Amino acid sequence: MKNLLKKPKVLWVVLGAIILASFLIIGSCSRKSALKQDKGGAAEAATLTYVAPGDLDEYYLFYSGGHSGNVYVAGVPSMRHIATIPVFAKYPATGYGFDKETKEMLGEYDWGDVHHPALSETKGDYDGRWLFVNDNGNNRVARIDLRDFKTKQILGPVPNVSGFHGGAFVTPNSEYVLAASRFSIPLPKGTAAPVEEYATKYKGVVSGIAIKPDSGEMSVGWQVLMPPYNYDLGDAGKGPSEGWAFWTSYNTEKAIGKLEVTSTQRERDYIVAVNWKEVEKAVQAGKTQVIDGVPVIDPTQTPGLVYLIPCSKSPHGVDISPDGKWIIGSGKLQSITTAYSVEKMLAAIQAKNFSGEEDGLPILNYDAIKEAEVNVGLGPLHTQFDNQGNAYTSLFVESAVAKWKLGSWEVVDKIPITYNIGHLATAEGDTVEPDGKFLIALNKLSHGTHLNVGPSQPESTQLIGIEGEKMKLLYNAFTEPEPHYAQIIKADKLKPIEVYPKEENKNPNAIWDINDAKAERTADGVTVKTILVRSTITPTAIEVNQGDKVTIHLTNIEQTTDELHGFGLLEYNINVVVDPGETKTIEFVANKPGVYAYYCTNFCSALHQEMQGYLVVKPK
Amino acid sequence: MDNEQNSTAASISGSDSWLRRFLVRKYDFLEQPLPMKSRLLLIIASLALLTVFVFPLWNMTFFSNQYTDGLALDIYAYRLEGAKTPNRDDLREINSLNHYIGMRPLLESDFSEFVWLPFAVGGLILLALRAVVLGKMSKLVDVFVLFVYFSLYSLWSFYYRLHSYGHNLDPTAAIKVEPFTPPLFGEQIVGNFTVYSYPDVASYAFIIYGALLLAAILWGWHRYKPAVAEA
Repeated sequence: MKNLLKKPKVLWVVLGAIILASFLIIGSCSRKSALKQDKGGAAEAATLTYVAPGDLDEYYLFYSGGHSGNVYVAGVPSMRHIATIPVFAKYPATGYGFDKETKEMLGEYDWGDVHHPALSETKGDYDGRWLFVNDNGNNRVARIDLRDFKTKQILGPVPNVSGFHGGAFVTPNSEYVLAASRFSIPLPKGTAAPVEEYATKYKGVVSGIAIKPDSGEMSVGWQVLMPPYNYDLGDAGKGPSEGWAFWTSYNTEKAIGKLEVTSTQRERDYIVAVNWKEVEKAVQAGKTQVIDGVPVIDPTQTPGLVYLIPCSKSPHGVDISPDGKWIIGSGKLQSITTAYSVEKMLAAIQAKNFSGEEDGLPILNYDAIKEAEVNVGLGPLHTQFDNQGNAYTSLFVESAVAKWKLGSWEVVDKIPITYNIGHLATAEGDTVEPDGKFLIALNKLSHGTHLNVGPSQPESTQLIGIEGEKMKLLYNAFTEPEPHYAQIIKADKLKPIEVYPKEENKNPNAIWDINDAKAERTADGVTVKTILVRSTITPTAIEVNQGDKVTIHLTNIEQTTDELHGFGLLEYNINVVVDPGETKTIEFVANKPGVYAYYCTNFCSALHQEMQGYLVVKPK
Repeated sequence: MDNEQNSTAASISGSDSWLRRFLVRKYDFLEQPLPMKSRLLLIIASLALLTVFVFPLWNMTFFSNQYTDGLALDIYAYRLEGAKTPNRDDLREINSLNHYIGMRPLLESDFSEFVWLPFAVGGLILLALRAVVLGKMSKLVDVFVLFVYFSLYSLWSFYYRLHSYGHNLDPTAAIKVEPFTPPLFGEQIVGNFTVYSYPDVASYAFIIYGALLLAAILWGWHRYKPAVAEA
């Protein structure tokens, strides 16, 4: 060695080698390229999602529009947005919230927070009659009639419910829309208590909103008083679990303040199991107190109604498998999803196999009712099902969907999504007979995966094919804020009308003959019966006195599809759109003198532009 | 001077002891003047080390489904910097993610390294230049030994930092994870992230510095003609 080093060339070669080697070692370890998303074969994805012009989508997708207050309708698999159904907010495009009826329905609120749409069910399957949606913002629940895709009823603010988040979920025969409080408050509403007294003075409730079987008319059925936890999501049992309703809860610490920390200290929170059929009986037996007009049951006084099921902490979703045998609950800060056996749960209740009691409610023994813990991945939120015995769990933290098998409890596939999936929906995936085929990931963040539209970015919704062994990402759609949950129903289950048949129009103010269209003076103002038809608004001029109360009944006498007519009145902040065969009423006080044009706002015909008239307001 | 030392060495070398011979030769070698080429190498080494003030020492990149382009963290001798784009500040992002598992935020003010590391690097440069000026092998060997010590200490200190960040987790954190040590070198899966941690340009400068110092010593050895005859 010594002699070798004496030879300058060898010395330099050795030194060079040392430097080179260190660079090579480091260089070879240089960071890997970004994880690539499996986009599937482009041609295959394109074929699977292409719906040729003139062809129709196979499924309807109803997804919640969150704090937009709307419900959006898209087609699957094309993911094309087809319609917006305004529910809790004004929507000039359809005149929603401007006419008398919808204005009254919206009441004093300008917004709502639509979270979880629920299609009505018969024997646990979608019957295509109604869509119920909750309003987390102002504690309301609405019914959309799927015959005309219109909001027909808004119930609420529901007494005692604060933060109507744990809903809307329907029972298997649409007996109830289930609802629960996300934010416990002192009851009845209007009571003030300092937040320091949260644990003792604040109460949660879960509610059964009763649905009339024929009309779908909703009313508050009953409520169950619950400990001041935060109730998150729910699902109704079916099959062997029919008669039960399940909600997840977080903050069983009953903490206040910085909940991010204070509510995450215990290892477990609870899924609450409510035997709603027994609640019904107890209500009938009169074991209730009336709070704010609602019969309320206290389950600590009437045992056998509510049980606590320990679940990994801060759970979000609880979902019942199509056969009704398994309760799937996931703690959103963990990496496991727990499958509980309904059979074991019922046995444990029978045997009083409790691991303790909290807030006067029995806690079921976790080990006795747990069937399996499935290692799905980080941040499991919500689970849906297909027709092959598979479950699909959204993983928020991991930004992925895990596919796993009911029964063998093994994870068989995983697909990354962009980004941070909240809920997911599979075709008819929360019914007794899911269709499989398609899964829609409702993602919270899109992070610029779209054309740049500035800082206020859309949400991202992804269509994933689930027919094969491997999930395949098929399509990216960008949706309005904010899809919390969706329902996917086979298109042929809905039979909507395209015009309102004249013979069904029972509105006493409807007129069908142009000769009947005229203004009449009433005690306090002017009432006008108006006809809208291509291409005239009759009467073409209306004369009133300043200060008159003006009522205009608008009937669109068309019976042709898509011949909608609008009625926009300048500077009076009024616009309604009247569908063929429909009658709507607007009311206002003519407090501004002068001449104000009105015109058809919804383009209708070659002479649409000529479809106009004048409101003459004579000064006092 | 040289003659005197040589004669001293010669007189000691009378013994047959291997150790004695070694020590004598070592002593003799250390007292040698630095050849011009060695001095040149030291100047280059000093210049190379200046890059430490410009480029990062280490880079950690965190990939996940949400961050397919990776969150990047550059660790300089004197500061910490996340990759910054108009759309994202990675250091901020990393800190806000870490808070869920109760990890302390990475704050520059918490790193005493950022004070003593640049000082030490300056010292290494000055000591190398001192060896050039004083021109003695012993000075060079001093710097080299110091450099080795400094490198190992820095690596340990970095590792200790990582260890303490991953082990001093807030017990009240929303997400409880097993304490862990983020990777010093290589790839590791932490939660939903795959973390890659590798040296960056400034570390290469250290390697070059060390290698050039070693080269300067070896060159001196190559040129060294011992006064003592080989046995």
